[in-house]
Amino acid sequence: MAVTVYIPAPFRRLTNNRSYVEGHGQTVAELLDDLKARYPALGDMLQGEGGDLPSHISIYVNNQEIHSLQGEATPLKDGDEVAVIPVIAGGQDLTSEQMLRYSRQIMIPDVGVAGQRKLLDARVLVVGAGGLGSPAAVYLAAAGVGTLGIVDSDELDLSNLQRQILHHTPDVGRPKVESAQETIARYNPDVRVIPYRERLDAANALEIVGQYDVVVGAVDNFDTRYLLNDASYLAGKPYVDGGVFLFEGQVTVFIPGQGCYRCLFPAPPPAEVVPKPSQVGLLGTLPGVIGVIEAFEALKLILGLGESLAGRLLIFDALAMEFRQVRTRRDPQCPLCGDAPTIRELGEYKALSSSPLAGRDEG
Amino acid sequence: MSVTVRIPTALRKITADQDRVSADGGSLSECIDALETSYPGLKERLCDESGEIRRFVNVYVNGEDVRFLQGLVTPLKDGDEVSIVPAVAGGGWA
Repeated sequence: MAVTVYIPAPFRRLTNNRSYVEGHGQTVAELLDDLKARYPALGDMLQGEGGDLPSHISIYVNNQEIHSLQGEATPLKDGDEVAVIPVIAGGQDLTSEQMLRYSRQIMIPDVGVAGQRKLLDARVLVVGAGGLGSPAAVYLAAAGVGTLGIVDSDELDLSNLQRQILHHTPDVGRPKVESAQETIARYNPDVRVIPYRERLDAANALEIVGQYDVVVGAVDNFDTRYLLNDASYLAGKPYVDGGVFLFEGQVTVFIPGQGCYRCLFPAPPPAEVVPKPSQVGLLGTLPGVIGVIEAFEALKLILGLGESLAGRLLIFDALAMEFRQVRTRRDPQCPLCGDAPTIRELGEYKALSSSPLAGRDEG
Repeated sequence: MSVTVRIPTALRKITADQDRVSADGGSLSECIDALETSYPGLKERLCDESGEIRRFVNVYVNGEDVRFLQGLVTPLKDGDEVSIVPAVAGGGWA
């Protein structure tokens, strides 16, 4: 029986930094033996004095704690998800305040306490604290994603407030990562915000991206988008991508090895046909919709729920108020994730959007 | 062959604000030429000087990217849906 085993953040150094590993066994006991054989260091953590499972480790099968099932004799079937959850200090999975704060999502059978622990253990990087990043970060924080990295080098402008709901009127002129951090702290003190008041570039991207489980792209330009795509792929991280223009939004998910933004759009438009963001009008509700979908996809990835947008580009037409989707694929010719990749490290991204293609103003 | 073509927001100025238009053509290439006749300027937005589809614009036939079908010679049949989907970024949220 092949099952998926969720490894919590404190144990990932024992599984080559993987959040999910495959495991085999007809029962939980057999699965634990399988894990001990393949990940000896993890095995040490799963074995107490007498060889039994230590009391501070809980095992969940499909989000049910095994003592409420048949203990280590609980049978497993193909496709089951098993979670190994260490009980945190205090002897309880969640505080009573957390149980109440997250009660409406804990009561979802596929989330439960184990799912909430995954969220609290999760690290999500939101690149951009603007129109897309604001709603994404607010909902991720409210859901209790334990660590949120926020990247943005800008200061808040009065004209941002029409859509950038992480910030407030008195914040005008302040670095956006600072106001973002304060806003998130007021929404949910469980969340640790790591602010990066810098532009993502080839020198810092891999190091930053590498520290997170899921990357949410909420950027306003193609250079940063291709950089983030490449960094996420090279670091082996799922990348949730979103973009908006006028009344149209696009959102999708790239899982390393299943296609990337370069497979979808091999090259960005030439810089001369891309209008400056500040010159394109939009209603804040458009990035609101797309940013919330990005957050939803990140939550689903963390919780292992449902069908992600990987393999599909969701297109939102706000004027028709219509969603539709097209298929996305891994392109064997892709220079990043294709069969004969030529991009093996992050390069210079400024030159990307200045390819000499003819075109006219897209506005 | 009559197909429906979905027009992205960015190109609706050319199609008099229509979000879908009809076009004839037995192949994608013929369909694009028919679109150009009805809506002059559209082809240039889709194709480069050599006639190839631009690398930042995708064309889908019934939801499948034509780069993974037969490109411009992808055959079309009555009722097919052709979607034009450009890369988007820069919505003024920075």
